[in-house]
Amino acid sequence: MAIYINEDTNILIQGITGNQGSFHTEQMLAYGTKIAAGVSPGKGGQNVHGVPVYNSVSEAVKHHKIDASILFVPARYAKDSAFEALQAGINLLVVLPEHIPVHDTMAIMELAACKGATVIGPNSFGLVSSGKSKIGIMPNQYFVPGPVGVVSRSGTLSYEIVGSLADVGIGTSTVVGLGGDRVVGLNFIDVLSRFEKDPDTRVVVLVGEIGGTAEEDASSFIAEHMSKPVIAYLAGKSAPTGKRMGHAGAIIERGMGTLEGKIKALNQAGVKVASLPFEVPELVKKALWLPGR
Amino acid sequence: MKLYEYMGKDLFSQYGIPVPRGKVAKSPEDAAEITAEIGDSVIKSQILSGKRGKAGGIKFTKEPEEAREFAAALLGSKLIGMPVEALLVEEKLTTDKEYYVAITIDGKRRCPVVLASVRGGMDIEEVPEEHMVRYHISYKTEMMPFEAREITRLMHLHGWEQEQVQNVLIKLYRMFVDLDAELLEINPLVASGDRIIAADAKVTIDDEALFRHPEIPFVEERTEWEKRAHALGLAYVELDGNIGVMANGAGITMATLDTLQHYGGAAANFLDAGGGAGEEATAKALELILAKDPKAILINIFGGITRCDDVANAFVTVKKKMGIPVPVVIRLVGTNQEKGRQILKDAGIETFETMHEAAEKAVSLATQ
Repeated sequence: MAIYINEDTNILIQGITGNQGSFHTEQMLAYGTKIAAGVSPGKGGQNVHGVPVYNSVSEAVKHHKIDASILFVPARYAKDSAFEALQAGINLLVVLPEHIPVHDTMAIMELAACKGATVIGPNSFGLVSSGKSKIGIMPNQYFVPGPVGVVSRSGTLSYEIVGSLADVGIGTSTVVGLGGDRVVGLNFIDVLSRFEKDPDTRVVVLVGEIGGTAEEDASSFIAEHMSKPVIAYLAGKSAPTGKRMGHAGAIIERGMGTLEGKIKALNQAGVKVASLPFEVPELVKKALWLPGR
Repeated sequence: MKLYEYMGKDLFSQYGIPVPRGKVAKSPEDAAEITAEIGDSVIKSQILSGKRGKAGGIKFTKEPEEAREFAAALLGSKLIGMPVEALLVEEKLTTDKEYYVAITIDGKRRCPVVLASVRGGMDIEEVPEEHMVRYHISYKTEMMPFEAREITRLMHLHGWEQEQVQNVLIKLYRMFVDLDAELLEINPLVASGDRIIAADAKVTIDDEALFRHPEIPFVEERTEWEKRAHALGLAYVELDGNIGVMANGAGITMATLDTLQHYGGAAANFLDAGGGAGEEATAKALELILAKDPKAILINIFGGITRCDDVANAFVTVKKKMGIPVPVVIRLVGTNQEKGRQILKDAGIETFETMHEAAEKAVSLATQ
């Protein structure tokens, strides 16, 4: 099972001939991801680590069955590439680049809604169904199969937490990076509802941060719809108001998006919130031995 | 990027949104001259903050001499901690009513939202929810006429006021889309005689989209060091503590700061060195950190795909070249971590396996 992607997911790499695209193609292949094809305009006919390259997405989908695409293109061309994928009928689009203008993102979201496609990101590290398929840039070694679903707004922080779980022998079912931008496609609720129905997932870890209201919205959903235990860690306790902490979304504005408010909402929904990342494995262990909540 | 009021009003004008008659004064002489020309005037300090009136940054006068004195006192001084480099001298409006309109982005709904109220003029946070209209608009190039009608109807406007506010909304939305705005706010939008006029202008443009807007004036709000870090491709924010921090990734950097605070310490900065931590990036990051004279430095690298021995070698080289006068604590995890730690140990640098142990150590070093 796992969610969104599995061992049968065929993927397309947009921007495959670039440095990042080529490097991560190799990493994903090493993880076992099925990469059907790549696209780089003007580079059709080449191959990258044995993956055939096409000039356009429509050409690639003519020759291959494609279930998902991942973008490795510079931010200012991301809208063009995303539109190309969506217009070619790609159903799951992973948008990695950071620094995409937010108006471009809104345009992508509007087309995706019209096409009925799912967008992950922008500014996401991708997603991985451990042991099955990885569409993203996370380090392979920490993503071993297990019963914990992880959904996160931050990349390295997820690696930190997934790594600390792996260290104590706990693996993951699927790990999804929502992205650090203010406007992103998938949200916590979308992923939580999938984890709730996924037989491979027994406990969910939610990794959030200051800014926006995504964690508060997730809390209401958890209280009403989740039977599986949820553990959370939220970054940004020490962040001052009005300063953007790296992520476009991570900023406390006019008292909105504070950590206290988020923790309170999560606690009220029955979520255990770790105060530091290293406390997460202990809380997950406890939750795993408890049937239900 | 936030724009000054006078820049915002210039843009409003270009889009056909009515603004008061006025000019920018950069010297006391300018201020006197413009006041003489306009007559009954309001002089407003141009800083990127609200609450200018309460802080003494706004003056009403019709006397050129008074305008000169006021300008002489304010120009070059600081208001709410920000330097005043320009004043906007405008006609004083008779204000019959004060409204509020804004367009911003609703991250949750992934689309623009119009905020409007007939209770303008005050801090908008204080407007009761029942007097606030929130109207979501699909991301497209134009606001539909019916949408503008609907919003003004929800504001309970009638007659000429309704018509003129609709007009402002449609133009404001065009500007929002054209200029990649994150926020356009008019507070207050005033009814003055038979005119609707934007008495203030708050304009924020998406930093990531500035590359396609050479026509918009550039306003620098970052500190000197934040500017330098940006040029190096590092995400850097100055903070008030005494422990220099470098980590890779925004989330883990935030978590590092939180962990320091948990152990009673405080970070001097937020510095996200991004994915790689090569020699050049490490050197530049350390230079930034050392410029603030920290008591100790904490480096938290979760290698992932980056190789820890590369990170360690880079750090040792930089340390030899630059000389680092304060104790450094390094937490290094990822591919080839043992090798990396050995290299650091040989160079006399303390390493830790976990973030919390490293943070605790850094705090104890900084408080010695």
